[in-house]
Amino acid sequence: MSDQRLGEFEEIILLLVGILADEAYAFHIGETYTRQTGKSSSIGAIHSTLSRLEQKGFLKSLHSDPTPVRGGRRKRIYRITALGQRALTASRQLRQSLWNQFPGFSDLSFHHE
Amino acid sequence: MSNPSSQRHPPRLAARFLHWFLRDDLAEEVSGDLWEHYQQKFHAAGRLRANLGYWYQVLNYLRPFAIRSFVISFFMGMFKQNLKISFRHLRRKASLTWINLGGLALGMMATLLIALWIHDEFTYNRQFKHHDRIAMTMQNQQFGDHIRTWNSQAMQLAPALRDQYGRYFDEVVTTSYSGRHQFSWQDKKIIRSGNFAEPGIVNLLSLHLLAGDATALQDPTSILVSTTTAKAIFGDEDPLGQPMSIDNRMQVKVAGIYEDLPYNSSFNEWTFIAPWELLSTTENYRDRVGWGNSWFQVLVLLRSGIGLEEASSAIRNVKKNNIEAEYAARTQPQIFLHPMPKWRLYGQFKEGINTGGRIQYLRTFALIGLFILLLACINFMNLSTAQAETRAREVGIRKTIGSRKNQLVGQFLSESFLTVILSFVLAMLLIRLCLPLFNQVTDKQVQLPWGSPFFWLISACFILITTMLAGSYPAFYLSSFRPIRVLGALKKPKGIFSLRRVLVTLQFAVSVAMMIGTLVIIRQINYAKDRPVGYTQDNIITVPIKSPEIMKHYEAVKRDLLQTGAVQAVAASDVKMTSTYTTNSGFYWEGKDPDFSEEFRTLRATYGFGDLVEWQMVEGRDFSEEYGTDSLAFILNETAVKYMNLEHPINTRVQWGRDEDARQFHVIGVVKDMITTSPFEEVHPMIYVLHYGSFIHYLNIRLRPESGAHQALTAIEQVVNHYDPDNLFEYQFFDQEYARKFSDEEKLVKITSYFALLTLFISCIGLLGITTLVLEQRRKEIGMRKILGASQQQLWLLLSSEFLGLVVIACFLAVPISYYYMHSWLQHFNYHTLLSWWIFSLAGLAVVAITLITVSIQTLRAAWQHPVQSLQSN
Repeated sequence: MSDQRLGEFEEIILLLVGILADEAYAFHIGETYTRQTGKSSSIGAIHSTLSRLEQKGFLKSLHSDPTPVRGGRRKRIYRITALGQRALTASRQLRQSLWNQFPGFSDLSFHHE
Repeated sequence: MSNPSSQRHPPRLAARFLHWFLRDDLAEEVSGDLWEHYQQKFHAAGRLRANLGYWYQVLNYLRPFAIRSFVISFFMGMFKQNLKISFRHLRRKASLTWINLGGLALGMMATLLIALWIHDEFTYNRQFKHHDRIAMTMQNQQFGDHIRTWNSQAMQLAPALRDQYGRYFDEVVTTSYSGRHQFSWQDKKIIRSGNFAEPGIVNLLSLHLLAGDATALQDPTSILVSTTTAKAIFGDEDPLGQPMSIDNRMQVKVAGIYEDLPYNSSFNEWTFIAPWELLSTTENYRDRVGWGNSWFQVLVLLRSGIGLEEASSAIRNVKKNNIEAEYAARTQPQIFLHPMPKWRLYGQFKEGINTGGRIQYLRTFALIGLFILLLACINFMNLSTAQAETRAREVGIRKTIGSRKNQLVGQFLSESFLTVILSFVLAMLLIRLCLPLFNQVTDKQVQLPWGSPFFWLISACFILITTMLAGSYPAFYLSSFRPIRVLGALKKPKGIFSLRRVLVTLQFAVSVAMMIGTLVIIRQINYAKDRPVGYTQDNIITVPIKSPEIMKHYEAVKRDLLQTGAVQAVAASDVKMTSTYTTNSGFYWEGKDPDFSEEFRTLRATYGFGDLVEWQMVEGRDFSEEYGTDSLAFILNETAVKYMNLEHPINTRVQWGRDEDARQFHVIGVVKDMITTSPFEEVHPMIYVLHYGSFIHYLNIRLRPESGAHQALTAIEQVVNHYDPDNLFEYQFFDQEYARKFSDEEKLVKITSYFALLTLFISCIGLLGITTLVLEQRRKEIGMRKILGASQQQLWLLLSSEFLGLVVIACFLAVPISYYYMHSWLQHFNYHTLLSWWIFSLAGLAVVAITLITVSIQTLRAAWQHPVQSLQSN
């Protein structure tokens, strides 16, 4: 039985996999991560997280067709599993519920408008 | 490949390395990803950045999930095997292992402590954002044949610098010296130390304001307080805007709170900053303080791009150009800048030239640290090589069954690696235990930086270097044994034995040298302590006068104090007798060389001061109320008489000041020289003069010895508080003040004696290990000798003398080195002891005795052993 909790970095990677759909492979996820968060991360670190998420059952992967851009090599494309979907929903619900109880919430949302 | 301009190849070595360690099933996707990354980077940033980026990505794949299993097992297997054998070996020789471990751990502890200390000293004053642009103005002045240097300045300097040399500086700031001041807020009274400074200080120190206004100091009724001060005065209340008074004389409002300034900086006593303007107005400086009164410090923040030397030489004559020609010609004042990073370590000036300072101690201790580590490593090498004979067979067999040389080197290195790692852990534990004591002795707040990656990097290097230092020689020496030689008839490897001798000798030479050093420092302190001070210090306290009411009612205060029954005598003075740092010049007497630029220390006091401190008159008389003219009388000390070149000092007329300020004094008496400043320095020429005015700052009170100090102090407090109810009563004992003058040297003694003991201990541990091994090797020889009739004493002498000889040689090596070193150390002090031969012999004898005891523990046991046991072969 592997650990079913979702760390923050893991959660972001999982979301990115969902967003990138058919283009969700390590290099591209890393690029998007840097673009979206402004933080840099090595491909190795992303890859290691992806393989951990796969072990937890949140992701599954398959090989793409070889492309000439990569010198004829195949990519490993990741997909979110039902379990991963559920973990994301649970995490979001938890946050939502906490935000709803947060006293400054109304102020903050007002501020954003 | 088809389109070489758009498809570049990543560095081949990196790619090969990647494929070597990467799991096969990941190879395709990973190299694809990295390929894509490389292409992109190449187009965006060029080849070099792309290559570096590729290496970075490859190295970042060194993660457990991606590495082939055989790579892990390859390293782990080799290492595990080596570690296992090492562990077994270390366990088999448990006592030797402990000797090795303990010695190495102690050595590491000492070295690390010294490293922490040095690091702390080098980061002193470095936390300020502009530290490389901050400087302190200093001045050189001519006095007779000498140039003296000090860091205090007139209040007129900063405006002059701003007006005439403004282009060099971003800020020029006059500040007071840190002093203790009383704050009253509501009913609360509390004393904090802090400074008065001009507004530019906020920018100069890049003060981190947590609340309030950075420009607050421009308003002379505002004050900035540190978080600690705010907490101490206001507790949990909001400090901003709170009104309070300083010394019951100045009214201020808190306008800002700043983060405490770092402890290891020159500003650690700045727990509040009040406006300079406020002090200047309250003290009426503008009307009474001129260029001649160097009472303040002036700090500058250089403009970016301006070199220190450039600014320093530009402002050289700023004082000279602004003062009277006669005064300028006489004192030749030169202003220069002393940069902040040098304040702490290079604070000493001689004849106007920087001569170092603390940095010399730091260098010495760095050397000692290295030596101690070296000693510990020598122990390790010694013990390892001494076991050569026992290990030689092992090496022989390993080689015969196919071990290669570098495998053996690996084996021995991992053994020393293991020992070093264990010692390091032990050293860390020891440091944790010792750090509080260490901080207390050195007056520091050093912490082990557990969280700093830099610290761990250094530690890793340290471990590696120690491993190599301690393990390389045994590793390469032992692994080079030829199996045929070591497996055949055993011959003692001669060369190694003499090396071992050299190492032991070196070790003890260092120990003896350090011991001599410690003894000399102790002797120097005692020499200065035994120096007759020339007056009484027992049962006398000084009470700072904080309100003008006391001197207004001086006679009444004195009467009330005497009436308590606990007080024997009372007299007031401007400075403490134990630190007369007030200097004055502008004296004229008959026969004075007009070019002689004189400087006297002065002490102003009331009637009865001489009786209170029991000074001894050599000639003439003390101040006395019976003569009406004593307010214009001088008492000189013997040095002053010599300094002024007076044959018959009594009734000599001396004029103090020039023109309309001039007053005519006459000498009525000469007192014996007394030590009123540093006990390590010569006595300065002193002038004592009667005074009842605004200069008086202290009540000197002599307690009756028969009444208990506690009761007396309570009674005195009541009297003082009666006349000055607003201020907190404070006091200091003369003798404690005086004892504090030795604290720096006493600190030094503590540190050196700890380290000297440590080196001696490490050397002895090493010696103990070696004797154990040597005696084990000579077991049969000893047995034979016994059978042939050698007595126990003869055996003991035979076995011990070998080591004793080495120690004696060590002593002869240590003496000249330590003589040279300590001789130059003593030259720092004007009043210093001589290096007598008995110090050297005492240190030598002590070390010889300790060696003998150490060696005898083993040699006696060997000599007592029954020959039957020792001759049995195991």
